Amino acid sequence: MRGAYRLNSGGRLDRDRPLEFTFNGRIYSGYVGDTLASALLANGVRLVGRSFKYHRPRGIVGSGSEEPNALVQLGKNPRTSPNQIATQIELYDGLSASSVNCWPSVKFDIRSLTGMFSSLLPPGFYYKTFMWPRFLWGLYELILRRSGGYGVAPDMKDPDRYDKINAHCDVLIVGSGPAGLSAAVEAGRTGARVILVDEQAEFGGSILNANENYHKSHGMNWVSSILDELKLMPEVTLLPRSTAFGYYDHNFVGVLERVTDHSSISDGLSPRQRIWRVRAKEVVLATGSIERPLVFQNNDRPGVMLASSVSAYINRYAVKLGSSAVVFTNNDSAYSSVLDLLSSGVDVAGVIDPRPKPNGTLPNIVRSHGVPIFDSSVIVDVKGSKNIRAVELMNIDYDSKKIYGKSHKLRCDLVAVSGGWNPTVHLHSQSGGTLRYDVSKSCFVPGINSQNEQSVGSCNGTFDLKECIDDGIKAGSRAAYATGFGVGEWSENTACTDFQTEDPLCPMWKVPSSGNESKWTKQFVDFQTDTSSSDIYIAAREGYESIQHVKRYTTLGMGNDQGKLGNINGIGILADALGQDISDIGTTTFRPNYTPISYGALAGPDKGILFDPVRKTAIHEWHEAAGAKFENVGQWKRPWFYPRGREFMEEAVERECLAVRESVGVLDASTLGKIDIKGPNATDFLERVYTNSWRKLQVGQCRYGLMLGEDGMVMDDGVTAKLEDDHYLMHTTSSGAGNVMNWLELWLQTEWPDLNVYLTSVTDQWATIQINGPNSRNLLSKICEGIDLTNDAFPYMAVRRGVVAGVQARIFRVSFVGELSYEINVNADYGLHLWESVIGAGKNYGITPFGTEAMHLLRAEKGYVIVGQDTDGSMTPSDLGMNWIITKRKDDFLGKRSLSREDSIRTDRKQLVGLITEDPSTVIPEGSQVISSSSGSVPVPMLGHITSSYMSPTLGHSIALGFVEGGHSKLGEKVYVSINDSKVISAFISNPVFYDPQGKRQDV
Amino acid sequence: MLMIDCPWCGNRDESEFMYGGEGNIVRPQDPESISDDSWSDYLFMRKNTKGLYMEQWLHSYGCRRWFLAERETVSYEILNTHKIGEINPESKS
Repeated sequence: MRGAYRLNSGGRLDRDRPLEFTFNGRIYSGYVGDTLASALLANGVRLVGRSFKYHRPRGIVGSGSEEPNALVQLGKNPRTSPNQIATQIELYDGLSASSVNCWPSVKFDIRSLTGMFSSLLPPGFYYKTFMWPRFLWGLYELILRRSGGYGVAPDMKDPDRYDKINAHCDVLIVGSGPAGLSAAVEAGRTGARVILVDEQAEFGGSILNANENYHKSHGMNWVSSILDELKLMPEVTLLPRSTAFGYYDHNFVGVLERVTDHSSISDGLSPRQRIWRVRAKEVVLATGSIERPLVFQNNDRPGVMLASSVSAYINRYAVKLGSSAVVFTNNDSAYSSVLDLLSSGVDVAGVIDPRPKPNGTLPNIVRSHGVPIFDSSVIVDVKGSKNIRAVELMNIDYDSKKIYGKSHKLRCDLVAVSGGWNPTVHLHSQSGGTLRYDVSKSCFVPGINSQNEQSVGSCNGTFDLKECIDDGIKAGSRAAYATGFGVGEWSENTACTDFQTEDPLCPMWKVPSSGNESKWTKQFVDFQTDTSSSDIYIAAREGYESIQHVKRYTTLGMGNDQGKLGNINGIGILADALGQDISDIGTTTFRPNYTPISYGALAGPDKGILFDPVRKTAIHEWHEAAGAKFENVGQWKRPWFYPRGREFMEEAVERECLAVRESVGVLDASTLGKIDIKGPNATDFLERVYTNSWRKLQVGQCRYGLMLGEDGMVMDDGVTAKLEDDHYLMHTTSSGAGNVMNWLELWLQTEWPDLNVYLTSVTDQWATIQINGPNSRNLLSKICEGIDLTNDAFPYMAVRRGVVAGVQARIFRVSFVGELSYEINVNADYGLHLWESVIGAGKNYGITPFGTEAMHLLRAEKGYVIVGQDTDGSMTPSDLGMNWIITKRKDDFLGKRSLSREDSIRTDRKQLVGLITEDPSTVIPEGSQVISSSSGSVPVPMLGHITSSYMSPTLGHSIALGFVEGGHSKLGEKVYVSINDSKVISAFISNPVFYDPQGKRQDV
Repeated sequence: MLMIDCPWCGNRDESEFMYGGEGNIVRPQDPESISDDSWSDYLFMRKNTKGLYMEQWLHSYGCRRWFLAERETVSYEILNTHKIGEINPESKS
């Protein structure tokens, strides 16, 4: 069963393979080779959607990526996709699609009533109306959101797979029409590595749509012979169904290949889509051109189509588009559509041409067929709503461009329009190339190139077929030669020699009409956004002159077709409205993507577990088995706390803290950044990057260091141990390790090449296990050999080497929790073994593994800041109360000079303090603002903020760290912490060290 | 995406590199002897050149070397890359 409007023969359809599909719930049929659009037209479906603003009925206008109206919701959840372009959807069996932007149905849309009030919806309507009164905006938004929008997003997980591939080539050719194919075969013959991409399923570009003979043989025969040759070339890659969507820096071009979109049956192996990241030495753009519509009253009625698309539907898809047509054109090219219409059995009631006596080859052929040509005439109106009944003509004076005389009607049900051609300069423009207005051709063409690319064929403003092929051949040869292939000579054009004479086009951005702009609201410039010529005139009247501003004010070109059809007409209309030259107006910016790209394709395989690397310590599986809850620290997974039974987090953390304070706890600290520093100048290097002095540090000793940026602000901190005279191990924060490494390398490589120092990141090579608490020495003595653990022999801030649990180990006697602590480092391969040994040896002491939450709480009791939690890149050492770590003996270190800058020595800087709430059981939320009084008018002056806050199980009351203006001189003062408009918490400023201020517990 | 010619490794995609801002900024020899204003210039003030710009890059997913690149900020063309120390900081802007 074929569609009622399908021609009996012709077209590039496989009539042996019929397909069934559903549109708006009705079942139709088509053939392999159809697009959804052609199949709909073959079934007589003209009304495919409603317009965005006025909800006017809309039909199919184009036949490719330029289509503004036929946007559909394709497929069913979870594979449903909104805004798919029906002219680009290859038909497959079982395809299901529906119209978007209409309610309750495409045939009757309640909101089309807005069209009757279009004069009430001028440009800027939303800005002008809904900004006031402000408190009603929420209501406006609700209504506006309901009436806008194109389709719906799937609300289930995407079941498809997407792929990315990197490709390098000598010559990338975009577009496979006459110019692109010529370039490809010419470049291919040199042996260069060539990639040819085309957005369509079949190669051939405009040849697919035309009924043209090359040397008396159909153009597609020429295409086949070229493809046969290309397929035999081992260095040539042919990519059909592949859109070059973006041209980026250094000849990097993004190409989206639709691998299985055209098929209803997935092979289970291929991805749905694949993004090719192509780096080409040379690019040949042969992207063709898009026909311009003409702008006249009711030019958006279903049945008004581009003349070239009319030809495409007849020649390629064998569709009979109507019974009686008129062709409205200002140039010769559309006369070939007259011949195509006649060949498909459609009566042509007339050609309407504003030019007096068109006398080119094609118009004369049309005349010889007896088709009336209404010259010096234009269409001023279209009669009919969902179907066209007639057009209304008037005469036009060619010189003054004024209409005159009486109008008369011509009955028809199809209007083919052509306003000339716009070269598809998108990729050229994206590459950084300039555009130039060509007056003789009335279009923007590529100007100066910015990258290694050439535009050939009609995208370069070359509309003559022979010239397109000539230029394609030359471009292919030149591009290959530039990359070192061939000899820079090219073959002759043997494809065609036909010449047609043409009269020049009559530029017409808007068909002249009577009255003023207030009556022009149905002369549509941009179908997708319902922008009319009236809107552009009003914008100009209201003072908008830049096309960029007019675009945003009128929404011209802001649909997802990005104005492929309407923009140039809009620019011309603005030029007319302002009395300027179109070349002075220029174009809006052409931005990627050329056509919409799915998020799935952009994400590719980089999702789920592959989104970001996950770093796990050597002991991770033990933590998992112990039921630990994890937290993310950078890419690391760190145990957060280890709940026992049905413990809540607070209970687990309290138990873990008390174990550390009373007996012994063990922490996996393997994520601590570790940088191995070696070389004769290692000590000099530390002197320059840390604020304190390192000259007197002995081998076997450790020292805490504070690292500043050159702006004097705290950047990182950690303990560095001296292992040998020329060998140190630096510890950094877990999340800062990478930055610190880059920072240190920057200085060594750029500013201090005189220092003989080598840095190696060894974070992953060592497993680090901290045992903390009064029983940690007892525990360690059970598994440690070869080290005297007494306080005199192995004091606080010392490092020793020995054997622990049978493994070579470095032990640092350092503490972040203020207890007797040892940090045991072993080869990461032995990490789990050591951990299990420690746990085993600690049984008698009730050893308790603890996580980052308890660690953070314990260090807060000691008033130790965490760089990145308590600090935010705006704190000096002095702000932290750490002047003691800045040595006076050094002339210089990174950031030193900044510490004496006027701003750094202000006394009212925010300074680190402790806060103890008046009510000991109240825990202040982290991030809260500190204010000076509990009452007073808003806004209340802010004194500072809270950075860390906990309930201390050791002390039995809440503690907080925060930064308060001039806080160091406010000890004991009462402040308030704002929770919300009506609630404050009162607290006293205290020393930030809440527990064991003399540090006796760690030094026993 | 830029193609960057690392002076140690050759041409590589931009995604292997980390940008380091303006290159060849010389740290004052004796910071303590200069004014707050001069120090602030060194700390914060950067050129915003339209045209040829000297900048530093780190080949972070490669050889991990910092190097200098002369980039045209309009066309994004990279005219030259240099190992650190190959060109005198004062000689080019």
